[in-house]
Amino acid sequence: MSRADAAAAPYRVGRPRRWALWAAYGCLALFCVFFLAPPLYALVTSLKTSQEIAALEGNPWFVREPTLANYAALLGSPVFLQFFWNSTRVAVIVVSVTMIISTLAAFSLARMRFFGSTALATGVFLTYLIPETLLFIPKFQIFTWLRDLTGIEFINRWWLLCIVYPTLTVPFCTWILIGYFSSIPKELDEAAIVDGASYLQILFKVFLPVALPGLIAATIFAFTVCWAQFLYPLAFTTSLDQLVLPVGIVTNLIKGDVFNWGQIMAGALLTAAPPVLLYAFLMDYYIAGLTAGATKG
Amino acid sequence: MAQASVVEAQVKEAAQRDRGSGLAARRARIAFLFCLPLILLVVALVIYPAFYSLYLATLNKSMTRFVGLGNFAFLFRRETFWMVVEQSIIFAVSAVIFKALIGFVLAHLLHALPPRGQRAWRGLLLVPWVIPPAMSTLVWWWMYEPSYSALNWLLMGIGFAPVPWLGDPYWARFSVILVNVWYGAPFFMIMYLAALKSVPAELYESAEIDGANAWQKLVYVTLPMLRNIIAITVLFSLIVTFANFDIVRILTAGGPRDMTHVFATYAFKLGIESNDIPLGACVSLFMFPILAVAAVFILRDVHRRSREIAGVSG
Repeated sequence: MSRADAAAAPYRVGRPRRWALWAAYGCLALFCVFFLAPPLYALVTSLKTSQEIAALEGNPWFVREPTLANYAALLGSPVFLQFFWNSTRVAVIVVSVTMIISTLAAFSLARMRFFGSTALATGVFLTYLIPETLLFIPKFQIFTWLRDLTGIEFINRWWLLCIVYPTLTVPFCTWILIGYFSSIPKELDEAAIVDGASYLQILFKVFLPVALPGLIAATIFAFTVCWAQFLYPLAFTTSLDQLVLPVGIVTNLIKGDVFNWGQIMAGALLTAAPPVLLYAFLMDYYIAGLTAGATKG
Repeated sequence: MAQASVVEAQVKEAAQRDRGSGLAARRARIAFLFCLPLILLVVALVIYPAFYSLYLATLNKSMTRFVGLGNFAFLFRRETFWMVVEQSIIFAVSAVIFKALIGFVLAHLLHALPPRGQRAWRGLLLVPWVIPPAMSTLVWWWMYEPSYSALNWLLMGIGFAPVPWLGDPYWARFSVILVNVWYGAPFFMIMYLAALKSVPAELYESAEIDGANAWQKLVYVTLPMLRNIIAITVLFSLIVTFANFDIVRILTAGGPRDMTHVFATYAFKLGIESNDIPLGACVSLFMFPILAVAAVFILRDVHRRSREIAGVSG
C-alpha cells in the first residue's frame, strides 16, 4: 500500500499544493483536539485531589498539585479489583469460546459445503446486525423462566454474561474469518488432502498459521466488544461481587449526591486502558478487523 | 426473487453433487458439524429471543393474560412514546449525517498527507472509537457538569454565556448527539480512508489532464468510486445509532422531561426498571423496521459475496 502511495506522490505534492498540505495539518490538529480533549481531561481530573476539584477557581484543564491518590485508592479497593477480575474472566472465557466457534464455522463455510451453507453465511451476517438492545428484554425473561424450570439462578450471576456475549462477537468474527480463509489458495488444502490430512489437521496445520493476522484481528475485536459491553451487565447483574468494570464504575462510584470525580475518572481510564494498550501495540490488526467486514462486501 | 432462485439452484446443484459420492456426503456431514455450535448459538440466543419478544409484547404486565395489540394501543396513546420516536429519529439521522461528513473530511485530509505521516495521525484520531463508550460518556458527563463544567469554562473564556448542557431539554438533545458523533466519526474516517486508498490514482491523473478542478474530481471520481462503501457504512451506522443505549443512559437517563429517551433507553426503563417486561419488549420491537429495510439492502450485497466465498463458478 505504501509503495502505491509513493508512486502517486509526485502528482500529489506539487508546489501549489504546499499550502493545501499545511491546511490539512491545521484541520487535522483541530480535530485531534476535539477527539482527544475528553481523555485528556479525564487524565487531568484523575490526578487532582478532591479539594482541588471542588475549588471552583482557575483553569480546570490544569492540575496544580498532581497526586496518584485516586489510582491508589482504586487499586487498593477490593470492590474495584473484583470488577476487574470479573471483567477479565468474562473476557477470557468469551474470547476463547468465540474463537473456537467462529474458526470452526468459518473454515466450514469458506471451504466445505453442505445443504444450506450459503444461506447460513448470509444468516450469520444478518445476526450481526440485530442489536443487543432488541434482545435484552426477552433474554431477561428467558433466564427468569429457566430459573423457574431448573432451580438454577441465572440473573445476577457474572457467568451469565459468558452465555450472552458470544452473540455479540461470534457473527462478526465468523464473517471476517470467512474472508481471510477464502483468500487462502485452494491448492494448499488440496495438497494436504492428497497427503491424507484430516479436516481438523488442515484447519490447524494449514489454515490457522496462514490466517494468523485474521485470527489476531478477530481476537482483538471479540475482546474489545466484551470489555466494553454495558447494556447486558446493567440489565442482568446487580450485586457488587457480580459486576463487571463499566457497569461497576457507573453504578457504584456514582452514588449519592457527592461524586468523587477524581476516582470516577481514574476508574474510567483504568477501564479504557486494556483496549487502548491493545490498540496501541496492534493498531494494524485492529484496523484490518474493523475494515474487513465492510470493504470486502 | 431472481437471487433466491439462483441460490436455490446452487443448493440443489450442490446437493446433487454431494449425493454423487460418499466422500462428498461425509464432507458435508463434517462441515455441518463444524457449523453446529454457531447454529445452536444463533438459534438459541438470537432467533428464539427475537420471536419470543414478539410473543411477550402481546401479554399484560404480569404476563398472565393475552392482550393482543393492547400494549401497542397503550403506547400509541402516550405522548412520551411519540417523543421517543421523534428523538430516536432525530438522534440517529443527525448523528449519522455528521459522523459521515466528519469521517469523509478526515479521510480526505489524511489521504492528502505524505504516507509516512498518516500512521501517527490516524492512530490519534481513532482513539475515541477504541475507548469503551460507557467510559468516554462518563468523561463527557463530567465535562458537561454545570458547576465545574470544563466546557463552560472554555466558552466563558472566549466570551460566551455558559450553556446548560444537560439541564435544558434541547441542549441535552444536542449534547447526546455530540457525544455520539465524537465516538463514531473515527469509524467512518477509517472506512473511507481504506476506500480512498483503493481508488486507482490513474483516475485522478486523467481527470487532471482533462482539466478537472478539485471539486469536479470529488464529484465525478471520488464519490462514484466510494458510493458502495458510503451506502454500507451509513446503513450500518444507522442501525447501531438507532439502537444506541450507553450514551443516553449515562448522560441523561432519558431526562430532562423524557426528551432525550431513545427506543433502547425507554425500553430499559419500562422493561427492567418498571418491571413491565411486555411493554418494554413492545418498545424495543420498534427497532425492527429500520433493521428490515437495512437487511434488504445489505442482503443484496452479501449474496454476491457469499457466492464468491462458496466458490460457485459463474
